[in-house]
Amino acid sequence: MPNVMIRVKDNGALLFYIAKKDQEDEIAKVEKDSETEWGGEVELTDGSKYYIDPISPPPSFPTTLRFKRAN
Amino acid sequence: MSDMTREETEALIQEVLEVYPENAKKDRAKHLTVNDQEVEQSKKCITSNRKSLPGVMTIRGCAYAGSKGVVWGPIKDMIHISHGPVGCGQYSRAGRRNYYVGTTGINTFGTMNFTSDFQEKDIVFGGDKKLSKIMTEIEQLFPLNKGITVQSECPIGLIGDDIEAVSKKTSAEIEKPVVPVRCEGFRGVSQSLGHHIANDAVRDWVLHNRDGDTSFEATDYDVTIIGDYNIGGDAWSSRTLLEEMGLRVIAQWSGDGTLAEMENTPKAKLNLLHCYRSMNYISRHMEEKYGIPWMEYNFFGPTKIEESLRKIAAFFDETIQANTEKVIEKYKMEYEAVIAKYRPRLEGKRVMLYVGGLRPRHIIGAYEDLGMEVVGTGYEFAHNDDYDRTIKEMGNATLIYDDVTGYEFEEFVKKVKPDLIGSGIKEKYIFQKMGIPFRQMHSWDYSGPYHGYDGFAIFARDMDMTLNNPCWNKIQAPWLKGEEEAESAAAGA
Repeated sequence: MPNVMIRVKDNGALLFYIAKKDQEDEIAKVEKDSETEWGGEVELTDGSKYYIDPISPPPSFPTTLRFKRAN
Repeated sequence: MSDMTREETEALIQEVLEVYPENAKKDRAKHLTVNDQEVEQSKKCITSNRKSLPGVMTIRGCAYAGSKGVVWGPIKDMIHISHGPVGCGQYSRAGRRNYYVGTTGINTFGTMNFTSDFQEKDIVFGGDKKLSKIMTEIEQLFPLNKGITVQSECPIGLIGDDIEAVSKKTSAEIEKPVVPVRCEGFRGVSQSLGHHIANDAVRDWVLHNRDGDTSFEATDYDVTIIGDYNIGGDAWSSRTLLEEMGLRVIAQWSGDGTLAEMENTPKAKLNLLHCYRSMNYISRHMEEKYGIPWMEYNFFGPTKIEESLRKIAAFFDETIQANTEKVIEKYKMEYEAVIAKYRPRLEGKRVMLYVGGLRPRHIIGAYEDLGMEVVGTGYEFAHNDDYDRTIKEMGNATLIYDDVTGYEFEEFVKKVKPDLIGSGIKEKYIFQKMGIPFRQMHSWDYSGPYHGYDGFAIFARDMDMTLNNPCWNKIQAPWLKGEEEAESAAAGA
């Protein structure tokens, strides 16, 4: 259950940053990304997947969220 | 040798790795690479921020160095106690040349060493009482201090002293902030974790102190300089440029910085981040909590300065942008004269760098402005994101080395034969004795500042002074020289 800081990069992509693991990757795909909710399964550019219960209304970035590892 | 091909560089790495035992070879191979600008993510070609191998000669520091030496140390109006044995504080005292204004020992304490001087009995019975006693003493002897930080050395973590409790108690007694920092040297793999711990301590104990206080009059042009440690006056030469643009610098982190500046930082409009590696954590936190944007900038060499100034100006209105152009115009004559003077003397010279967290990529631009080429670079304690940025700055097929060992660095230098090496004091005399011009790029070899347009002139002069020093022809003893000449003459005939 890593704590993840998500911020908007200069190029508009979302940056997924796990300080503990020193991992920094862009988010490639989010399962639910609409005006009412954000979350579900999140896939990073390196192929790893994380899960968060959809948040409604969508959070404003940058923010720190707690993800689960998804398989 | 200026244009080694990819294959040649790869062969060089293989050759250098040859002496290691199997396991060590496998591990070190991951830290050495040939630059390929095509690569988007550095983790595909280089591993960083990993534990150094036991037995190799690493050039890294420890977490205490990262916190006390780098982040907290330069906060001039606080007293930083090196809590533990006396050596860590004494041997690192005033070594980083973080310049500051103030009267040392009265209202500023930058170059002084405060330590709890642990003895055997403190290890056995714990040092909490001693800590509390010295803090009371400090308060009596130096009443103008604005706060105290407790920088733990290794034994504190090992014996499990509760410095947080002592700090809270003392803080209430002396009515000043007392910040416990858990930066024991054994934590993490290098000084990098020390930076992180120090940033977290700032976040937890300092940053929010004035959140409810509205007495500070903020303007729309407030910026902060973050991650500039004012080595040889670097932050000052950066600050003048920003002020000429019409911005107001309300805080310097942490070179020539004060506690009040740190506490007021959340009132800034933009955080300007110079050393990304040591201060990105707090910038990210401020972005999240206070919504302050941050950007990385680079004040080494006119090309990068110009780029950075425009990038900074883009955050503000047209007045600032117009001012920025004026500033660039104003200094143009100056730096063109510098380039005209030194470029012919330095053109085509090749440099190898091995420094800490930002300079291996930041100074590349400054060298290029002087017509020099950086053929190898590496970091002591960088993470993957630093290498992501480095790949773009470096030429193709150049060497990149992470946490290079003393042996590897020497071998690389022997083969690549650079004209100049920029690294630290530990490397300096080895390479000077090998007859290669050397500049310390941590402390600017007791010169500086190197930031900003003013700094560039000094940088160019220093590089010229070192490279074109006549002493380098005199490295070989005259009688040996005679033999060699005679031999080559014989071979020629």
